[in-house]
Amino acid sequence: MKTQNVMIVGVGGQGSLLASKLLGRLLLSKGYDIKVSEVHGMSQRGGSVVTYVRFGDKVYSPVIDKGQADYIVSFELLEAARWTEYLKPGGKIITNTQKINPMPVIIGAAEYPESLEAKMKEAGIDLDALDALTLAEQAGSSKAVNLVLMGRLSKYFDFPEEEWMAAIEASVPPKFLEMNKIAFKLGANA
Amino acid sequence: MKKLILGNEAVARGLYEAGCSFVSSYPGTPSTEITEAVAKYPEVYAEWAPNEKVAMEAAFGASLAGRRSFCGMKHVGLNVAADPLFTISYTGVNGGMVIGVADDAGMHSSQNEQDSRHYARAAKIPMLEPSDSAEALAFAKLAYALSEQFDTPVLIKMCTRVSHSQSVVETGERVECVKEYKKDIPKYVMMPGNAKKRHPVVEARTKALIAYAEDADINRIEEGADHKVGIITSSTSYQYVKEVCGDTYPVLKLGMIWPLPEEKIRKFAASVEKLVVVEELDGFIESHCRDLGLSCTGKADFPNIDELMPLSVASKLSTPWETGVKLSEAIPPRPPVMCAGCPHRGLFYTLKKNKITVLGDIGCYTLGAVAPLAAVDSVICMGASVSGLHGFSKSQQGAMDGNTVAVIGDSTFMHSGITGLVNMAYNESNATVIIVDNSITGMTGHQQNPTTGFNLKGDPCAKIDLETLCKAVGIRRVRVIDPYNLSECDTVIKEELAANEPSVIISRRPCALLKYVKHNKPLSVDPDKCVGCKACMKIGCPAISIVDGKAKVDETLCVGCGVCEQLCKFDALQSPKEV
Repeated sequence: MKTQNVMIVGVGGQGSLLASKLLGRLLLSKGYDIKVSEVHGMSQRGGSVVTYVRFGDKVYSPVIDKGQADYIVSFELLEAARWTEYLKPGGKIITNTQKINPMPVIIGAAEYPESLEAKMKEAGIDLDALDALTLAEQAGSSKAVNLVLMGRLSKYFDFPEEEWMAAIEASVPPKFLEMNKIAFKLGANA
Repeated sequence: MKKLILGNEAVARGLYEAGCSFVSSYPGTPSTEITEAVAKYPEVYAEWAPNEKVAMEAAFGASLAGRRSFCGMKHVGLNVAADPLFTISYTGVNGGMVIGVADDAGMHSSQNEQDSRHYARAAKIPMLEPSDSAEALAFAKLAYALSEQFDTPVLIKMCTRVSHSQSVVETGERVECVKEYKKDIPKYVMMPGNAKKRHPVVEARTKALIAYAEDADINRIEEGADHKVGIITSSTSYQYVKEVCGDTYPVLKLGMIWPLPEEKIRKFAASVEKLVVVEELDGFIESHCRDLGLSCTGKADFPNIDELMPLSVASKLSTPWETGVKLSEAIPPRPPVMCAGCPHRGLFYTLKKNKITVLGDIGCYTLGAVAPLAAVDSVICMGASVSGLHGFSKSQQGAMDGNTVAVIGDSTFMHSGITGLVNMAYNESNATVIIVDNSITGMTGHQQNPTTGFNLKGDPCAKIDLETLCKAVGIRRVRVIDPYNLSECDTVIKEELAANEPSVIISRRPCALLKYVKHNKPLSVDPDKCVGCKACMKIGCPAISIVDGKAKVDETLCVGCGVCEQLCKFDALQSPKEV
């Protein structure tokens, strides 16, 4: 199988590492060669973060470069717009519509761009936008945005739901398991 | 068993399987997880040392005693440990000794992007360089075999993309490995007479290692269809080359980066029309090829700045590559910021307000240099704030007294701030050191340190008392403040700067991300009282923004630290009333 590329982008602290862990677990159980590249350290402190997940028969590079991503899953709207150049022609961006102001916007040195969803669509990008924060809150915690978005991503893959559930069970503490499963399903069915 | 694990976790697994039983490290991105992962095996004694020099010397001690040992650090940590490194090269080992060093090309979380391969050459120590997790595991095991076979410490060089990428490994069983300790003065006492006899041993060892490198499986040639170009590469660059070229060109993939083979490289060069070296940062392999008299292309095409990426490799190897759509819209950058509720924020606000010159240090609090706080004047390396403050203050002969401070974290102070403070007391600086004590090593992801009262395994242990320590080195004025209390911060900083002797202020409050820290309810803004003066924006809190001319608090981020409340002259920012 040709290598599939998924980028998970967002703001440091939003829980993208759990999303990539979950996806990695699922793909390992399917027998693929996999590489997952993460960001640790200073960039995690509220900065722009990106995780690369690649799988197929044989994966070399741990990172995805411009024009290679089949899917970009974004935890925040501005971050979706930041990485469009990485999308493959025919690829899809799944984005949370939540907006988190970066420091240059907070201190008034820059503006948060208007109508980003419309602008991405105008540029010909296949966009699947959803309010993952509200769905996560419905599930029981604003921190479950990651599971909502993974649920949404699952719609575009052929893996059976029980395999996703098994990966969730292996990735989250029992205390939060039910809430995370609900969040995943809300994302998948939204 | 097949597992998907980080390169760092794979090194840890390799250490475990090779029978390593002693690990001493200092945390540093991107190396930290090696030691965190190996600490989970009950057969391995693992600890955080106060700094990399101590860690390496402790690992040497364990090797001397006959144990397979390891110390791990980031690239700049190897500078700190360079002193023992160069002499352990002379003594060699008893039990195998492996040193892990992780470079950070692209400076994801570092103050420079030095290339650690030069250390292997300078200290005459073999260096292995894995390119994914499977190799990281295998090379860690091989490193012990080489260490004992050639009587040398062995370096394993990681980089951000190998350390922090998960890939698939096959795990094996642990094999115990212990040697007897034997007293051997000529080998282990490096006084001139003995060291003179050891240096030729080191040179002979390098020759023997070159012979090993000629035949080693880890320096392998992968055949390609088109011999117009032949590529020599290693580490993550190898992955980019294969990603971009597949099996088009022959590739010499080097797993051992020092010493480098000579005949193998010559033969490979002779089999291709054009020799290309693809490597991250400096032209290390390229220089070796030129030393061998080979003509090749390397840094003329591939930058020695920042990390390589598949596209930058593709563009120089004439491989077509289509990029995606870039929006015409300007996308504002999102640099890292201090977290909401970070205890450093109130301190830096106070320093900025009083126009104080701040010599900074390495940690989350380096972010005190970022707008709008912009309160930090210099950051060099671990501990440089304290020693730099002494030089800054002394050289001004009193002109800057009362106006200059060092800011250093608890873990960084333990690492290399203490000696600087000894110098300030001994040589009588008149300046103030502020230790920001957040009860953890923050930036690298919450590691324990000698001030926290817990060890790497999470067990309670001796806890350094910072106040007593500072007094013991000769600082008479030691004060403790709560950085959430702005008026206390302001008063104490002014008093200590006014004093006519060196002083220490301990700004103490645990990191807001620590699990045991209880957060307060988020603050709210009374829109009738808020006049939009933006006083609350001066602290650069990510939870506060101005919407339609009024302050707005993001309830999902705010932890109720109350610092902004103290800045509002109109009582518009309010903590929820206790019921």
